[in-house]
Amino acid sequence: MYIVEMRNITKLFPGIIANDDITLQLRKGEIHALLGENGAGKSTLMSVLFGLYTAESGEIYKNEEKISITGPNDATRYGIGMVHQHFKLVHNFTVLENIVLGVETTKYGILSMDEARSRVVSLSEKYGLSVDPDALISNITVGMQQRVEILKMLYRENEILIFDEPTAVLTPQEIDELMSIMKELISEGKSILFITHKLDEIKRVADRCTVLRKGKLIGTVDVESTDVETLSEMMVGRKVSRVVEKPVIEPGDVVMAVRNLTVKSKAHHKTVVSNVSFNVRAGEIVCIAGIDGNGQSELVYAITGIEPADSGTVNLCGKDITHVPIRTRSKAGISHIPEDRHRHGLILDYSLAYNEILEKYYTPQFQNFGFLRFNEIYSYSDMLIEKYDIRSGEGSHTPTRSLSGGNQQKAIVARELDMNPKLLVAVQPTRGLDVGAIEYIHAQIVKARSSGAGVLLVSLELDEVMNVSDRILVMYEGEIVADVDPKNVTFAELGLYMSGAKRDEVVV
Amino acid sequence: MKRDGLLSFLSTLVVIIAGLAIGLIVLLVSDVERAFPAFWTMLSFGSRSMRNIGDVLLGATPIILTGLSVTFAFKTGLFNIGAAGQFAFGGFVAIYIGVQFTFLPPALRIICSILGAALAGAVWGAIPGLLKAYRNVHEVITSIMTNYIGMYLISYTIQNTIFDLGRTTTVLLPDDSNLPTLGLDVIFREPLGTGYRSSAVNAGIVIAILIAVLVYIILDKTKFGYELKACGFNKDAAKYAGINQNTNIVRSMMICGAIAGVGGALNFMNGTGLSMNAMPVLAAEGFTGISVAFLGLTNPIGVIFSGIFVSYLFLGGARMQPFGFSLELVQIVISVIIYFCAFVLLVKNNLGTLFFKRKE
Repeated sequence: MYIVEMRNITKLFPGIIANDDITLQLRKGEIHALLGENGAGKSTLMSVLFGLYTAESGEIYKNEEKISITGPNDATRYGIGMVHQHFKLVHNFTVLENIVLGVETTKYGILSMDEARSRVVSLSEKYGLSVDPDALISNITVGMQQRVEILKMLYRENEILIFDEPTAVLTPQEIDELMSIMKELISEGKSILFITHKLDEIKRVADRCTVLRKGKLIGTVDVESTDVETLSEMMVGRKVSRVVEKPVIEPGDVVMAVRNLTVKSKAHHKTVVSNVSFNVRAGEIVCIAGIDGNGQSELVYAITGIEPADSGTVNLCGKDITHVPIRTRSKAGISHIPEDRHRHGLILDYSLAYNEILEKYYTPQFQNFGFLRFNEIYSYSDMLIEKYDIRSGEGSHTPTRSLSGGNQQKAIVARELDMNPKLLVAVQPTRGLDVGAIEYIHAQIVKARSSGAGVLLVSLELDEVMNVSDRILVMYEGEIVADVDPKNVTFAELGLYMSGAKRDEVVV
Repeated sequence: MKRDGLLSFLSTLVVIIAGLAIGLIVLLVSDVERAFPAFWTMLSFGSRSMRNIGDVLLGATPIILTGLSVTFAFKTGLFNIGAAGQFAFGGFVAIYIGVQFTFLPPALRIICSILGAALAGAVWGAIPGLLKAYRNVHEVITSIMTNYIGMYLISYTIQNTIFDLGRTTTVLLPDDSNLPTLGLDVIFREPLGTGYRSSAVNAGIVIAILIAVLVYIILDKTKFGYELKACGFNKDAAKYAGINQNTNIVRSMMICGAIAGVGGALNFMNGTGLSMNAMPVLAAEGFTGISVAFLGLTNPIGVIFSGIFVSYLFLGGARMQPFGFSLELVQIVISVIIYFCAFVLLVKNNLGTLFFKRKE
C-alpha cells in the first residue's frame, strides 16, 4: 500500500527530457530518499508532485486513487507539503505569523491568534522542535527557520512531507537534530520524501532510496542492504573514489605567514578572529576546520582583503600584504574560491566567458587601449571550458545563471587555478555539490598543491577535512585551538576541539 | 540572445498597445464624440509632414540624453533621479556661455557651451556619487536634494546674471550661439504659401544619437564598461575581483551627469527662442528621462527609439487641445501611456515564462 505513487512520469523541457518514464512509490510511514546528481531531475519530479509543473505523461495516485495536481493548492489539499531549499519565509514576521500565513483564523475579520498559537506550541512540543512562536524570522538561525517551515507543513496537517536538500544549509549539529526530527515525524505516521545527494545522510535516516541519473530512473533500493559505494555508483554511473589520491610531497618554503591577526565584526564590534597565527607552506594543504560562524569567514576576508584586519599581519612570500588592495593581492599570487559563489564568486548576469576573465580583464591579454579583445576572451574561455570540463548549454556565451551549481563552481575553480596561484584559498569549495563534482574539485586542489601552491582550505565537512588536508587547524570562537595531523586524529577528537571541549596551546 | 531581442520587442509592443487602449478610455470617458478624432490626431500628427517629423526629433533630443543618463547610471546599479538637476545646470551654463562669451567665434562658443554644460552636469552628478561612494548615502535621496538645491540656485543665479526682466527668463541667446541646422531644415519642412516652413531640428539630434552610440560602445566594448556593469550586477563580486567600486560609482555619476548636462545645453540651443525660466521649476525632461530609459529597456540604442516615441506622443498629444480636451487631460492620457510603459520589464518576464518555460 503506497500513500503516494507517481507512475511513469515524463516531463520534457525544450531540448531535454528532465524526467523519462519515472515511477516513484512512497510507503506510508517511511523516509524515502531521492538521490541524484545536480541536474538529474529530482527537483523536477518533486515539482510535478507539488503541482509546480505539469507532466507530459504519467499519473499520480494517492492511496490507490488517481489524483490530479495542477498547482500547489491542490498539493496542499491532498496533504502534500514541501520544505524548499530556499525557505519561503517573511523575514520581518514572527514565527507564528509565518506559520499561519495563508490559513489565518479570523473572527469578524480580525485575526484571532490565540488558537493558532496554542496549536503551534503543542505541535512544536510534540515533535521536539522547540521553536519560539514570537521570535522574528530575521533573528533566528537558518536551522530554526527550517523548523518553522516544518511547522508550517504540520500546521496544515500535511501527511506527505517533501524535503528538498534540507541539509545543504545546516551545521553538523543542526543536521543531527534534523535527522532526529525526521525520525520523530515518521513515528507519528507522516511519510517523508527526502531529496539529497549526500550518501551518509541517506544511510542514517532513509528506509528506501530511489536513484535518478540524467532524467532516468536507475532503481529503487532498500537502504539497509545497500552499501554507500553501490549507491554512489548508481548515482554517478561509474565507480567513484571517496578517498582523495595525494602524492607525498615534502612541504617547501612558507608561502603565507599570518601573525596575531585580529578582526572585529563590522556588525556588532565583537572580536571574531582573535590573535590568530599560522603558516601555510608550498605544497601543503592546510585545512581550517570548525563549526560555521567561529571566525573562519572573517579570517579569510582578512587574508584575501575583502574586509580589513584590525591588527596583526599577513605576509605573502615575505611581503606584508595586510593592508594592500584586493587587486594587489591577486597579482601577488592569491587565488580565492569564495564561500558564497553567488555573492562573491560570480556575476550571474554575465556570460561564462566574462566570468572567466573576472580577475584578468584588465591585462593586455584581454584589453587593448581600454577596448575588450573579444576574440581573446572567448578563446581563453573556450580553453578553460575544455580543460576543466565545464558543461553548459551555449559554451562561453551561456548566461552564468543558467549553469548548474556544480558547473558554476567548476567555472570558479577553473578561473582561480588558471591564475597559477602561490596561495589558493578555498572556502567550502564543494558545498552543495554531488560526489562526482566533489571528486573532481578535490583532484584539482591536489593538483594545485603538486604544482607547488600552498592551499588554505576552509571546510565544515569533516570528511573533506580528513581526506584532503595535510594539516588541520581547528578554529573555535575566533581562536585556533588545535594544530593536528589528520593521520593522528579521530573524528571524535576533532569534534571535541570544534565544540570547545578541548584545546591545545598552538605555537607557530 | 535572438529570443531575448524578440521578447523585448514584443513586450514593448504589448505595453504600448495597452497604454494606448487605456488612454483612449480616458478620452472616451471625457467626451465620447470627440475621443476618436482627437486620439487619431495624437497618433498621427507627428508623422503628418516632414516638418512634424523634424519637430518630433527636436523634442526627442533632450529626453534621449536624460534617458541615456538614467540608463548609464542604471547599468552601474545606480538610480539617477538627479537628471533634472544635472539637465538644468547644463542648460544654464550653456546659455550663460552663449550669451556672455560673445568674444569667442561662434563655432568655438557653441563647443564651449556644450563642454561647459557637460562639466556642470558632471559636477552636479558627482555630489550624490561621492556621498554614495564614501558615506553610503542612497543616491536617490541625495539626488532629489541636489535637484531642489540646483533649482533654487539656478533661479537665483539667473535673476542676478542673464535675466530678462520682461519675460522673467534668461535673455535670448544670440542667433550665432545656437546649434547649426546641418541642412536638416531643408529636409524637415513643409510647403507654406509660396515658400516653406522648416522645423527647428538641428545638430542636437545628431549629437544625441552619437552620444547614444558612444554610451553603447563604452558599456559593451570597453574595460571600463565591463567594470561598471560588474559593479551594477553584483557589487560584492566586483569587489572580490579587485574592482574599485567607489571610484566607479563616482565616475558613473559624473558621466551620467555630463550626459544630462549636454541634454540641457541642446534643449536650449535650438534657435526656437526657448529660454530658461527664472521661476523655480524642476526640469520635466529629467523625469521623462526615467520613462524613456526604461521604455528603451535601459539599452542605449533602445533609448533613441523610446525618446522619439515619447516625443511623438507629446507633440501629437498637444494637438488634442483644439478638440476641447484640456491640457491637464491631455497630459493624463500621455502619462497613462508612459506609465504603462514602465511595466515593460514585468511584461517581458511574464511573456518569457509564458512562451519559454524555464528549465528546472
